[in-house]
Amino acid sequence: MSEIYFTKEHEWVKVSGSSAVCGISDHAAHELGDITFVELPAIGKVVKQEEVMAAIESVKAASDIYAPVSGKVVKVNSELDDAPEKVNESAEEEAWMVELELADAAELSKLMTKAQYEDYLKTL
Amino acid sequence: MNTSHYCPHTPEEIQEMLAAIGVSSVEELFAPIPVELRCSTFNLPAGMSEFETYAKLQAVAADNNQNLSLFIGGGFYDHVIPAAVDHLSGRAEFYTAYTPYQPECSQGTLQALFEYQTAICRLTGLDVSNASLYDGATGLAEAALMAMRATNRTKVVVDGCVSPIARQVLATYLSNQDAELVELPPLDGLLNRDELAKQLDGNTAAVLVQYPNVFGGVEDFSGLADQAHAAGALLVTAVYPVALGILKSPGELGADIAVGDGQSLGNPLSFGGPSFGFIAAKKSHIRNMPGRIVGETVDKNGKRGFVLTLQAREQHIKRHKATSNICSNQSLCALRGLIFLAAIGKQGLADLARLNRDKAEYAKARLAELPGVVVLQTAPTFNEFTISLPKPAETVVAALLDKGIAAGLPLGRFYAGSENMLVVTVTEKRSKKEIDQLVKALEVALCN
Repeated sequence: MSEIYFTKEHEWVKVSGSSAVCGISDHAAHELGDITFVELPAIGKVVKQEEVMAAIESVKAASDIYAPVSGKVVKVNSELDDAPEKVNESAEEEAWMVELELADAAELSKLMTKAQYEDYLKTL
Repeated sequence: MNTSHYCPHTPEEIQEMLAAIGVSSVEELFAPIPVELRCSTFNLPAGMSEFETYAKLQAVAADNNQNLSLFIGGGFYDHVIPAAVDHLSGRAEFYTAYTPYQPECSQGTLQALFEYQTAICRLTGLDVSNASLYDGATGLAEAALMAMRATNRTKVVVDGCVSPIARQVLATYLSNQDAELVELPPLDGLLNRDELAKQLDGNTAAVLVQYPNVFGGVEDFSGLADQAHAAGALLVTAVYPVALGILKSPGELGADIAVGDGQSLGNPLSFGGPSFGFIAAKKSHIRNMPGRIVGETVDKNGKRGFVLTLQAREQHIKRHKATSNICSNQSLCALRGLIFLAAIGKQGLADLARLNRDKAEYAKARLAELPGVVVLQTAPTFNEFTISLPKPAETVVAALLDKGIAAGLPLGRFYAGSENMLVVTVTEKRSKKEIDQLVKALEVALCN
């Protein structure tokens, strides 16, 4: 059973063993509006927690996506190249973006649980 | 205080403005600037009437010799401009509109730019075009940056036969980037293929070439795209758009990106500007293209409409994610380019290109008959070619200028050892009589 965590920048990460699959939250996808492009990182790229990992373009803006945890990019969801609208449809399931090889499980303590994230959204 | 004749504000208005910001005098306003750094005089004459001003400016303008028989090209060309270009581009709807940040208000401008993009795609044989750039030289630099983004590599290899002016702009652009710029010295006025092969490696982002090149040579670049692609690099071609009337397009050559200056498409030489740059690319590179792109869509009632699309990386929206540090789209000049292309049409462009080539061939043959004049013959040429003279080209050009002939572009200032080389350009506007006069005047200048 994998657990999901959220960042204040609206990324999510599901961790199972050393695999950390990340994307952006339903809330972020809704706020961005129609998403037109997702720029994914190269396989093998090493990212640090809170550093820019990818970028996303909606109709009117380009936004950075930050790595929720540190690690090495082992897989990207290249289906988003042709179907970026999936992010609007299923941000927290089908439209995962990057799979990282988790570098430090202790970093998860800096993130929010789903319940904490939902409370956080109410404060925005 | 001294109120200038050129300043439209009354002393009362000035006092009002000073009071609003809480200072008592203009002196006090400028107090933070040390006196020695202030401008003591603007060296302007006393106020003149509108009539006097107009007469004065006309007299200054008359000092420009506009009746030269022009054989200078080098990237900017003296072509015929159909009357429709001035007339249509001069309509107030186009002439007074600024670039369309509010697409819904600018359907006419957007449609014109959409059609411009279509024309550029057809001309270059590539899939996508933006709505124009500042000029051809910045277009070349933007293409290099595009290739670096697309390949995630940092080395840019440019043929030394590319316009030296454009290469200088390219070098300036790349000087503050994490980029390595390699210039290949020309070999007999052509691309040095052995040197190129040595420079193609795992870090090469792009190979930049130009046709016709600065010497006028039209090199056969077939196979060059495959060579660049085999190394994982993109091929960027800078082109002279009028020449595309008879030459293979960048798309047919397999180029990934094509750039060029649009001055020759319906824009006057106008003492150096303004002009516009065009950039077109394969569809796969559209996300890396700088500037704005106009797209076609339908409104909620299903009616055809136009929008600025793919502009999420535009400077006014997301500065640090912008794909370019200039977003100067030259709408009005690009519109002139569109009207020019639409007015002369596909066949007209081919005819115009042939006329240029044929007239240049005549001039080339006549000049080659002069004693001491040698034509550089390493490649076919379009409407310009390089000759070597028995004297410094600068001297000869100066002598002919006195006779009302601008004989060409001396290469000495760009290439060491080329002091006797002259690039001569012949467009459709040069008559046989003018060409004969050039030949005769050159013969005289070489005898003296």
